[in-house]
Amino acid sequence: MGMEWYLPLAWAWIIGAAVAMYVILDGFDLGIGILFPFTKDEHERDQMMNTVAPFWDGNETWLVLGGGGLWVAFPKAYAVIMPALYLPVIVMLLALIFRGVSFEFRWVAKPNKSVWNVTFAGGSIVAAFCQGLILGGLIQGVDVQTQGALGPQFAGGALDWATPFGALCGIGVVLGYALLGATWLAMKTDGEVAARSRRQAAPLLIAMIVAMGLVSLWTPLLVDRIWERWFSLPNLLFLWPIPLVTAGVAWLVWRGIENGREIGPFVGSIALFVLGFIGLAISTYPYLVPPHITFWDAAAAPASQIFMGVGTVVMFPIIMGYTVFVYWIFRGKVRAGEGYH
Amino acid sequence: MHLDPDILARLQFAFTVSFHIVFPAFSIGISAYVATLLLLWQKTGADRFHRLARFWTKIFAVSFAMGVVSGIVLSYQFGTNWSRFSEVVGNVIGPLIGYEVLTAFFLEATFLGIMLFGWDRVPAWLHVLSACVVAFGTAISGFWILSANSWMHTPAGFEMRDGIAYPVDWVEIIFNPSFPYRFAHMMTAAYLTTAVVVLSVGCRYLLAGRFGEDARTMVRMAVGMIAIVAPLQAFIGDEHGLNTLEHQPAKVAAMEGHWDGSAPVALSLFAIPNAKTERNDYEISIPRVSGLILTHQWDGRIKGLLDFPKEDRPPLIGVFFGFRLMVAIGFLLIGTGLAGAYLLWRGEIWDARWYQRGASYLWPLGFVAILSGWIVTEQGRQPWVATGILRTADAMSPVSTTSLLISLSLFVLVYCCVFSVGVYYINRLINRGPDPSIIAPPRSGGASRPLSAAEDAARDAIEGSGQMTPAAG
Ligand code: HDD
Ligand code: HEM
Ligand code: HEM
Repeated sequence: MGMEWYLPLAWAWIIGAAVAMYVILDGFDLGIGILFPFTKDEHERDQMMNTVAPFWDGNETWLVLGGGGLWVAFPKAYAVIMPALYLPVIVMLLALIFRGVSFEFRWVAKPNKSVWNVTFAGGSIVAAFCQGLILGGLIQGVDVQTQGALGPQFAGGALDWATPFGALCGIGVVLGYALLGATWLAMKTDGEVAARSRRQAAPLLIAMIVAMGLVSLWTPLLVDRIWERWFSLPNLLFLWPIPLVTAGVAWLVWRGIENGREIGPFVGSIALFVLGFIGLAISTYPYLVPPHITFWDAAAAPASQIFMGVGTVVMFPIIMGYTVFVYWIFRGKVRAGEGYH
Repeated sequence: MHLDPDILARLQFAFTVSFHIVFPAFSIGISAYVATLLLLWQKTGADRFHRLARFWTKIFAVSFAMGVVSGIVLSYQFGTNWSRFSEVVGNVIGPLIGYEVLTAFFLEATFLGIMLFGWDRVPAWLHVLSACVVAFGTAISGFWILSANSWMHTPAGFEMRDGIAYPVDWVEIIFNPSFPYRFAHMMTAAYLTTAVVVLSVGCRYLLAGRFGEDARTMVRMAVGMIAIVAPLQAFIGDEHGLNTLEHQPAKVAAMEGHWDGSAPVALSLFAIPNAKTERNDYEISIPRVSGLILTHQWDGRIKGLLDFPKEDRPPLIGVFFGFRLMVAIGFLLIGTGLAGAYLLWRGEIWDARWYQRGASYLWPLGFVAILSGWIVTEQGRQPWVATGILRTADAMSPVSTTSLLISLSLFVLVYCCVFSVGVYYINRLINRGPDPSIIAPPRSGGASRPLSAAEDAARDAIEGSGQMTPAAG
């Protein structure tokens, strides 16, 4: 098997990594927006927002890399997915506008911040929910039809994604991001904010695990191919550790929250997301747009994948390097009472 | 009127991209201005540079945020609204935008954190360096996106197979024929536009008798910049036009309102090009001048619109008037720069209320010129989305008219609310000005203090970002 086989596979890993980075990094800062309505105190809100103010833009850039990378490496998949999920994608982008500008507008608007509290929370919740809808829409599968030289084109309806399953995924993502946000705050703040986040983390963990469990059970029932993947022999023998490890990690996160640990629960929540992501990858492999378009079908010209691959190999470590550097510079807790006056 | 999905998608793209470009142009310019101020501060130790850098950084933060969120929309629109375009030219243009993300967006977004919140948290040199990195990042960003856009105007280094473009030579693709001109013209436009804003703000303060020293610094720097850059811009624009004549003659014919290729080209000062009757109505023109500019010959000829089949002609009104508006603003700015430089040289500018008053109203002009320039360029490319490769009408996504109508209405609603509030806030920041009580001075020895322990640093983060609040202290 030659380059035409390996290149798309390598790119699938890269896109997967970019999306995972996005979900983790923007996950906790969207999570903070989702938790915004649960405090009444402006100083606490300041403190919450300050924990991510220097990072949010970098975090969101992973979304641009995920979308842009998909276009570069798999133009045919990009050209099917985006029209198929048109409305949730557009609404997500609009929600991200509200949320993104709130970071700056809220300070300038002082003392009339309340509008930008609402847009920050609303934007975060809607964006997270839309991301769940997009995920759900992809798992359910997208209707395509082949049209001559252009190949497969989206041929479904404008509302194909609007199903109860999609809504469940949406709720799951909102809960999961809220968990990431709560465990992040427990780690990065002190005082009342940290204490409340710790109290919120436990029920959020349970709710997220329930949502994850429901999605995992519903998916194989919804799609025969996924049932086959998980429950046929010998796959079953290899795959049973995944739910087991997930349960173990969830238990560790629970213990960490109970014992007031700071870093453990956050890292554990990230691990839960990564495990969910692996499960998803197992379900959909080798499809990029289930159930018709595989990595290989959708791949860009090898020359394009190589050209971009070289840049990625060179730039990825550099980007990771300065990202870590900035997190390191702004390390330590953002304390209560030292907020804005 | 019958609602074509085609028209809706184009409207949506034109609307969102037009909003977007305003903020990047300003971000590119302001980040470079702040970096310059910080470097000057490092070199001279003069407080006013530091005050001004802090002041413009706050404005930059608001503009940058709007640039980022409106930009993310654009990058996804290639897929949502122009999926055939994404497929047909994705192999070639996709990587250029991918490189933009890898080399520019991450750099800008990450160092932005230090630039905005690191005032007291990192050593001064690192903070200054971060500001320079952000400014450099915005320029790299312009490099890649303008390369991608230029390729759509003058494609090179590719081959077509089964209706899909495949890359052959990346150097030819990136440095396609119109790219050097477009890159130079757009970056200069961004710096010029920002200099005009700085001039207007400085003059506003002079007229109101506020922030004397800071206002004079701004006016001096801005006048110097405009006096050099505005004439340069006209020169680059002229070269750009000659390049376009070579590669997109129909666009130039539309810009000139030139129909008959067998006649010398007149310089139309005013006309309403009429696509139906194929002539100009109400024309006032000076014979032969445009031909002279474009060909450098008294008897120069270029192709006229009649030389192109009707279905290959661009829309005329936007291209024709956009061009005139841009050039008129260009000359007005040249005048502003030269007059200002003269007054400055004579030492009369601080008393020349008429100049200050006039200049205080100029701030929108650069943005207007940028938008008209883009309308000339992009409408002039029609009916092609990628010249000679793909027509705009064939580039659409298979998305229903209803979906498009919903998304377009949402964009108009949200953009008009959010971005007008943003501009209002910027104006509010400007009205408050570089007031020392607003922009707290660095803490005792703060700026050059080495990195300290985590605890200490955390406190700084709060105070550092507290600078963002108007009433910090
Ligand atoms: C000449 C400059 C220029 C031009 C023509 C464009 N942009 Fe832009 N863009 C910028 C210069 C820029 C910039 C200066 O780099 C940003 C960063 C913040 C800002 O205000 O503008 C930006 C931000 C920005 C972002 C957010 C980056 C982040 O997450 O930090 C995206 C995704 C895009 N742009 C995408 C686009 C697309 C798809 C365009 C074309 C249709 C486009 N830009 C035209
Ligand atoms: C940033 C400044 C820009 C402005 C203000 C601008 C403006 C416009 C306008 C007014 C149109 C509509 C033309 C029409 O349909 O009559 C358009 C179309 C378009 N532009 Fe640009 N443009 C800009 C930059 C870019 C860049 C950098 C790219 C690509 C890399 C791009 C890609 C497109 C595409 C794909 C269309 C839609 C198809 C079409 O109508 O031709 N534009 N733009
Ligand atoms: C004064 C003389 C000027 C001349 C002769 C000139 C010439 C041109 C020409 C010929 C184009 C079309 C390029 C194409 O064929 O695609 C253009 C585009 C453009 N112009 Fe100008 N211009 C002038 C001033 C300005 C000024 C003052 C600004 C802004 C501050 C500006 C901003 C732009 C922009 C943003 C574009 C679109 C991007 C591009 O294609 O470069 N121009 N200009």
